[in-house]
Amino acid sequence: MKVRAQIGMVLNLDKCIGCHTCSVTCKNVWTTREGVEYAWFNNVETKPGLGYPTDWENQKRWNGGWVRTKSGKLQPKQGGKFRILANIFANPDLPEIDDYYEPFDFDHDHLKSAPEMQAFPTARPYSKITGDRIEKIEKGPNWEEILGGEFAKRSEDYNFEGIQKAIYGEYENTFMMYLPRLCEHCLNPACAASCPSGAIYKREEDGIVLIDQEKCRGWRMCVSGCPYKKVYYNWSTGKSEKCTLCYPRIESGNPTVCSETCVGRIRYLGVMLYDADKIAEAANTPETTDLYDAQLGVFLDPSDPEVIAAARRDGVPEDWIKGAQESPIWKMAMDWKVAFPLHPEYRTLPMVWYIPPLSPIQNAAAGGAIGVDGDMPDVRSLRIPVKYLANMLTAGDEAPVVTALERMLAMRAYMRAKTIDGVIDEGLAQRVGLTGAMIEDMYKIMALADYEDRFVIPTTHREQVEEAYDIKSGCGFTDGNGCSTGISKGNLFGGKKRPLKMPTEAM
Amino acid sequence: MHNFLFGIYPYIALTVLLVGTIARYETDPFTWKTSSSQLLRRRQLVIGSVLFHVGVLVIFLGHLVGLLTPIWIFDALGISHGAKQLLAVVAGGIAGVMALIGGAMLFHRRWTDPRIRKTSSFGDIAILALLLAQLCLGIGTIFVSLQHLDGHEMTRFMSWAQMIFTFRSGAADQIADVALVFKLHLLLGLTIFLVFPFTRLVHMLSVPLRYVLRPGYQIVRSRRRPSVE
Repeated sequence: MKVRAQIGMVLNLDKCIGCHTCSVTCKNVWTTREGVEYAWFNNVETKPGLGYPTDWENQKRWNGGWVRTKSGKLQPKQGGKFRILANIFANPDLPEIDDYYEPFDFDHDHLKSAPEMQAFPTARPYSKITGDRIEKIEKGPNWEEILGGEFAKRSEDYNFEGIQKAIYGEYENTFMMYLPRLCEHCLNPACAASCPSGAIYKREEDGIVLIDQEKCRGWRMCVSGCPYKKVYYNWSTGKSEKCTLCYPRIESGNPTVCSETCVGRIRYLGVMLYDADKIAEAANTPETTDLYDAQLGVFLDPSDPEVIAAARRDGVPEDWIKGAQESPIWKMAMDWKVAFPLHPEYRTLPMVWYIPPLSPIQNAAAGGAIGVDGDMPDVRSLRIPVKYLANMLTAGDEAPVVTALERMLAMRAYMRAKTIDGVIDEGLAQRVGLTGAMIEDMYKIMALADYEDRFVIPTTHREQVEEAYDIKSGCGFTDGNGCSTGISKGNLFGGKKRPLKMPTEAM
Repeated sequence: MHNFLFGIYPYIALTVLLVGTIARYETDPFTWKTSSSQLLRRRQLVIGSVLFHVGVLVIFLGHLVGLLTPIWIFDALGISHGAKQLLAVVAGGIAGVMALIGGAMLFHRRWTDPRIRKTSSFGDIAILALLLAQLCLGIGTIFVSLQHLDGHEMTRFMSWAQMIFTFRSGAADQIADVALVFKLHLLLGLTIFLVFPFTRLVHMLSVPLRYVLRPGYQIVRSRRRPSVE
């Protein structure tokens, strides 16, 4: 047993209102620079839909993630090491920027500089790459917002696998949900495995996956390797960039920007202890439907004395062990089993998990023959097909998703009975395999969701490994470009002579 | 002048190449990259890039082995100068044409595609133009070589290169009366060495061969312990 700690995240999709505050605050902090205008470290998709970049979930098309070969070996789906090196001159699986969208802005200056005209001046769009005018914007980072576009296109959604989807195109049967996405900070990251330069690494102390900007050479294999398409190639600096889980904030015990600003309070951050020795085996589980269970098996119970002793031996700090014991992630993933990994079938063992959303009961069912199980409606009569959620969260295995939805329904019924009727209905809790006390804890964490319940983040102990004297008069957080501001100013070695606009200057 | 261009200029170029490359790697590793533009436009790149890179690599290795292997090794192996020249002409010719076609596609893409043109630096366009010119000169030398197949001229280039690398005087005299196209090819080649550290060409020094040797796929860095697993 090799104990490591990881900051994990859970998103409660049941409460996501699709306001995009996470995306916008993330963008403002991380990707307003030239070269990454098109990149959204965090984006929110309306499902069903093809998403951003288009059809990212379809690995038959993009070859991201891992594959278990016939001989039982685990290797990146885009190919083993030699195959990746052979593709180095031109990567056949790399998306083009049009698969995301051509970044654009509007010519706002024209509004004030236009001469007197008969028609009201307009701000027309122009490309952020070439500066040329774009006559028609064909795509954006959220092109299918609230079921935008025709069903025929959106129904190409990979999660419809094995579903008779035609009826969901009908107005009466339509359904939708939001899916906020960011880097999964996987236990078995395919981007790191695909990087020929060895620039991508996972941090032992908190599990954050980062790209060393000075070691990255721009071979761009990580972009195609990541099945979530959450590594972005910066066309200006020629380096890949990705979500950093706001590590400067996490290190000081603060939540990421997306979590901090989440209006619906759907995001949770906490420590998970895991056994690094079990990762390879878990990721190589033969059946994809067993991957969810296999990943649960990688996590270690932080209240188990044996685990605590091993954690201490492996250098996990005391407050991280305590953080793991109080982790909301542990409760939702392990105790209540209401949170699931996104697409476990990619074999990356992702660490950003999702609570599936409840949805209204279908009209057809409400027409009389509604499936009711005691006081609770049957989750299979909910508007969002369980199979759809299962395709997204458990590689198609419906049973765990059904249990999670039933527990969430039970929580509602239990608390309704308690607060309105003044009755404690222990039977309701037992029917879904919980106790009244557990449901009340669920209610506190998932419904009330106080700040200190959502974010249990111990600080990083840099004082134990760094000589503070060595980093005096250093430059603090930079984009990995020495003390420069992120993009090299003009120099002898080919840096660009374009002045970098810092946000303070722009305002 | 001839002695300066072929006896002294090589040392200037090689010194700048060596010192400049080390300086760049040390002072600004952030700029050390391939500068791939595949994300912005896939069209023409896939075929162009593969043809160009494979062709250039074959030519580069051919020159390296052909010029710097001592002549007596060929004699010992029983490879006549004429046969060696024929090999160089055929292999180099095929690879040269591959690289030229690929390079021309890449240049056309870089020059005419608005996305690539607008995001190219002067250096990106200039180095590609230099390489294309060098390829043309190199292919041009084949026609001169075909007029005397005894391989004698080739041995003179070999002794020139080997005298330069072994710091012997009189290297320039070895190639005093070769055809002009050879001299231009050599001069441009040395110039490419000279500008090498200031262009994206440095990415060829980062061929990720260590990837194959790296144990397993994953990399974990630790701040707790000084050593990285």
